[in-house]
Amino acid sequence: MTDLPHSPEQPVPARTSRLATFWRSDLVWSYRHSPVTIVASIVALALILMAVLAPWIAPYNPFNPATLNLMDGMTPPNSASYSDRYFLLGTDNQGRDVLSTIMYGSRVSLFVGIMATLFAMVMGVGLGLVAGYAGGLADAVIMRVADVQLSFPAILIALLIFGVARGIIPPNHQEGAAVWVLILAIGLANWAQFARTVRGATMVERQKDYVAAARILGVNPILILLRHVLPNVLGPVLVIGTIGLALAIIEEATLSYLGVGVPPTQPSLGTLIRIGQQFLFSGEWWILLFPAVTLVLLALSVNLLGDWLRDALNPKLR
Amino acid sequence: MLAFILRRLGQSVLVMLVVAFIAFMVFRYVGDPVVSMVGQDATTGDIEQLRTRLGLNDPFYVQFVRFVGNALQGQFGISYRLQQPVSQLILERLPATIELAFASALIALVFGVVLGIYTALKPRSFSSAVIMTISLVGVSLPTFLIGIGLIYLFAVELKVLPSFGRGQVVQLGWWRTGLLTESGWRSLILPAITLSLFQLTLIMRLVRAEMLEVMRTDYIRFARARGLSQRAINFGHALRNTLVPVITIAGLQLGSVIAFAIITETVFQWPGVGSLFVNSVQVVDVPVMAAYLVFVALVFVVINLIVDILYFIVDPRLRDGARTGR
Repeated sequence: MTDLPHSPEQPVPARTSRLATFWRSDLVWSYRHSPVTIVASIVALALILMAVLAPWIAPYNPFNPATLNLMDGMTPPNSASYSDRYFLLGTDNQGRDVLSTIMYGSRVSLFVGIMATLFAMVMGVGLGLVAGYAGGLADAVIMRVADVQLSFPAILIALLIFGVARGIIPPNHQEGAAVWVLILAIGLANWAQFARTVRGATMVERQKDYVAAARILGVNPILILLRHVLPNVLGPVLVIGTIGLALAIIEEATLSYLGVGVPPTQPSLGTLIRIGQQFLFSGEWWILLFPAVTLVLLALSVNLLGDWLRDALNPKLR
Repeated sequence: MLAFILRRLGQSVLVMLVVAFIAFMVFRYVGDPVVSMVGQDATTGDIEQLRTRLGLNDPFYVQFVRFVGNALQGQFGISYRLQQPVSQLILERLPATIELAFASALIALVFGVVLGIYTALKPRSFSSAVIMTISLVGVSLPTFLIGIGLIYLFAVELKVLPSFGRGQVVQLGWWRTGLLTESGWRSLILPAITLSLFQLTLIMRLVRAEMLEVMRTDYIRFARARGLSQRAINFGHALRNTLVPVITIAGLQLGSVIAFAIITETVFQWPGVGSLFVNSVQVVDVPVMAAYLVFVALVFVVINLIVDILYFIVDPRLRDGARTGR
C-alpha cells in the first residue's frame, strides 16, 4: 500500500483542539492520501443522501397513481413527454419517472441493507463475544453452526429463510412483512462472519491483564464483555460491517431480482432491474441501465470504503 | 488414512442428519400439508382421517425416521405446484444444472490458473494491472447484472448467441443433454461464462497470491542458483506448490457454483434445479424446497469429502502426519 504511516517529525503541540487531533490521526491521514477512497465516499454519501431525501427532492412521486400519466410511458431520457413534462432519465412503461423510482428504490435497498447488516452485526458480535469469552460447549456449538453456515452461500440461506417465513406468515400479512422478512433472511445469512472474527479477537483480549483485573474486582462477566472487551474488538467489526453492507445490498438486489424480495408496490433497485430487463429487447435501455448503474455505484463505493477501512485499521500494514 | 476417511465420513453423516432435520421441520411445519391437499369443502373429520392416514399424528421421532427413510430412497412427496413427484422433477432438471456447473467450473479453473500465473510472473506489466482491475470489477458486480450485460452485448446488440433456454437437447437414457447439438453449445456459452466469472476471479487471485508467496521462498532461489530454466522453476517447482490451496478452493467452490446457478439459471431461463427452487420459493412449494435443501447439502458434503481426500493425496505432509499417529 502506498499509505505510509503518519510519522510526526515534530511532536504534536500539547494543546490542540479535538478536531485538530482528529485531523492528524492516522485514519484521516490515510483517507486524505487515497483519492479512490475520497471519490468512493463522495459517491456513497451522494447516493445515501439521495435515498434519504427522496420524498423531498424526487421530481415526481412514482407511487402516486394520481400523478401518473400512461401516455408519458416509455419517454426516452432527456426529452419532452407526451404531456410535455420533463423526465431527465426517461420513464418506464407505466409512465413513472425513472429518476424518482431510482431514488425511492435506493431508499428501500439501503434500508434493507443497513438493517440486515445491523441485525447480523448484533447477532454475530453477541454470539462471538460469548463464544470467545466462555469457551467450552457454548464456543463449540456456536462456531460449529457458523462453520456449517459459512460453507453455504449466503444467497441460498437467505432464499431458504425467505421461503420458510413466507410459509409461516399468513397471506394477508405478507405484503407488509416482506421487507422485515427480507432483513431477517439476509441478516441471518451473514452473522457468521462477525461471530468468527469477534470470537478470535475476544480470545486474545481475554488473556490480557485488564480483563483479569476486572475479573478479580468481581465485575459481572456481561459488564466485562460489553464495557471492556467490546470496545477493543470493534475495529474489525467495523470493517466487516462496511463490506457486509455492500454484500447485503447486492443480496437484497439479487433476491428482489429473483422475484422473492420486496413486494412490487415497494420496488428496490433489484426489482427495478427485473422490470427493466423486460424491455431489453425492445430498445428501452434506460429503464434497465440507470437502476443497474446506481446499484453498481452503491455497492462498489461502499465496498471500496470497506477496503480502505480494512487497510487503515490494520496495524500490520502500518 | 482409513481412520481419517472414516472420521470424515462420520462427520458428513452427522451434517446430513442435521440438514435432514431442518428439511423435515420445514416440510412438516411450514404450511399445513393436509390443508394444501384436501378441497375447500372437507370436514374436520375428513381432515383428521387424512392426518392419521398420512401418519401426521404419529410421534415426532417416528415421523422424522420415516422422513429420513423416504429421503434415502429419494422420496420427497409430491410438488404442490406441479403435482409431480419431487424426485422426478429434480432428476429431470439435474442434467441441465450439472452441465452448466461443470462447464463454468472448467472455464473458471483453466482461465483462473492461467491468468493467475501470468499476473504473478509479470506483476509490474500493464496487462497484469488491467487484468487485476477487471477482476476487481468482476467480484463487485452482482452475478445477475453480469448475465444481463452479456445478454445485451451478445444477444441484443451482436445477435450471435441465444439469450435463454438450452437450445436443442438430446435424450440419452434419463439424461437430457445439450452438449450434442450446436444450438445446445451456443446456449451454454453465456450462462457458463456468467456463472464462472466469480469463481474465475477468485481462483485467479488465489493462484497469483500463492505464486507470489512461493516465488520468494528459499527453494526457488536455490533452484535459480542451480541454473534451472525459468520454465522449469515456474511450472515444475512454483506452480506445483500453489496447487494445494487451489484444489481446495476450486473444489469447495463447485458447491457454490451449484447454488449460484440459481441466479444464472433465472437470468437465462435455464431449465435446471436452481430455477426450479426459485419458483418453488415464490409459491412456497414446501416439498421441493425441502428436497432441494437436502440435495444441495449432499452435494456440499460429498465435495467436501472428496476435497479432503484429495488434500490427503496431494500433500505428503498430511500423510506423514497421519502415519506417525499425530
